Amino acid sequence: MHLADVGHHYGAREVLRDITLDIPEGQIVCVVGPSGCGKSTLLRLMGGLERPDAGAVIQRGETPPGCLNALTYIFQDFALLPWRTVAGNVSLVLEDHAMPSPERRARIADVLARTRLSDFADALPRQLSGGMKQRVAIARALVVNPAVMLMDEPLSALDSQTRELLMDDLVGLWTRTPFTAVYVTHNLAEAVRLGHRIVVLSRRPGEIREIVELAMPLERRGYGDATLERAQQHLWGMMRDEAAAADAELIDA
Amino acid sequence: MPEPGRQVAFRGGGFAPTPRRWVGFAVFAALILLAEWGTRSGVISALTLPRPSDVILTFQELYASGLLFKHLGPSLSRLVIGAVLGVTVGIGIGLMMGLFSYIRAGLVPLVAAIFPIPKIALLPLFVIWFGIDEGSKYALIAFGTFTPTVVATYAAVDNVDRTLIRMGQSFGLSWVSILRKIVLPGAMPGILAGLRISLAIAIILLVAAEMLGAEYGIGAYILEAGALYDLERLFAGVVILSVLGVLVSALIGVIEKHLLGWRS
Repeated sequence: MHLADVGHHYGAREVLRDITLDIPEGQIVCVVGPSGCGKSTLLRLMGGLERPDAGAVIQRGETPPGCLNALTYIFQDFALLPWRTVAGNVSLVLEDHAMPSPERRARIADVLARTRLSDFADALPRQLSGGMKQRVAIARALVVNPAVMLMDEPLSALDSQTRELLMDDLVGLWTRTPFTAVYVTHNLAEAVRLGHRIVVLSRRPGEIREIVELAMPLERRGYGDATLERAQQHLWGMMRDEAAAADAELIDA
Repeated sequence: MPEPGRQVAFRGGGFAPTPRRWVGFAVFAALILLAEWGTRSGVISALTLPRPSDVILTFQELYASGLLFKHLGPSLSRLVIGAVLGVTVGIGIGLMMGLFSYIRAGLVPLVAAIFPIPKIALLPLFVIWFGIDEGSKYALIAFGTFTPTVVATYAAVDNVDRTLIRMGQSFGLSWVSILRKIVLPGAMPGILAGLRISLAIAIILLVAAEMLGAEYGIGAYILEAGALYDLERLFAGVVILSVLGVLVSALIGVIEKHLLGWRS
């Protein structure tokens, strides 16, 4: 997937400018930046939920076999239907595609097993903890076999312990079957744990300041690793002043 | 030996009603017993309030003579047909108003204009349009249930979580799927809350329509009893209406339990 000179406005306010970015297959690209820098807007542009004012978002190469929805989101607030069970929520995104029901059931069972949700197939969202809800959302995204996963602060609504657990889960999922993902977050620890490359955006209008490549394999990155710590320090050094300035800004200014 | 100092006083109570099952029945029973005692002892004169036991006797007579179902049958069929018509059209138009900007812009002022009209005032008009017999009664009840249903439905559609709709779009769900699997279930709590109001209005309009021109029906029965100052029969009729209201409310309760079981 490739972004060419993407720019976007909300009314008179420019939120993104000249974003040119490559998302290589089988890698996780993290996008970090101060709040209000247009990270989430960038993600909405990538998945076609919004139209860029300038530039273009281009999908390259073939979608994987059995792919039902090439660009698939995982939302911060999970976006599960409260009136459907875990299995029903996963099933929802398959129902518009003609497929024999044994295949549908097999697909659902497979992703629930991969996200370790098999025992909760008949539970309703209100019975689940935040971490479990996000696992359901991840299962729902995996079931359509996406080309690119677009993750919008997927762990931000969770407490820090659950966040660690889910990061391990994501690393495990990726190690078994590498997927391509764009991962937007404001949490630098998440970025250095999960990102093969980390894109740092500047304050509004969001422009790419730097792209940091992390060569260390995901499965070897642990909690509190020294190399990651240094990378995180480096990122924070870059963002600190801007984050402070963004924080002091009036929302409607 | 007790610790020195004072224990912190509890101040977090109240403001959290919990269900108390039998209190409602107890209030009913107490009021009826009070009326019975008052009318028997003469504190309440027979002209002010009929004796509850007499009302029950009248009710038994009504049932034994077969007149009960002769009145209840037409009333129920008017209620059901009129309410089903009004609620169906109301939910349909309410959904469209919730979904399409032009339909909403066009119909919101119209609905606001017809909502406050006392529908009973239109009965003569309905008689001309739909005939003196059942047609005008169906139309009156349908029209009366339509407006609150429309307002409740389009407000409920507005309240459907936008992120869920965005999610549906992001997975490439078809428009019909989003409507059927996300918008409609999401709006259901609001629609059912509106239904409670519109069905109560339907019962009121039913009686009004029957008072203005019907041979049989609970409204006609009450009107006749009222004209003769037969308070026992009047109250028997009123009790039927109350029971009808409670039953309708219970019915919606059952539907809510069934459709909204996903809420805690």
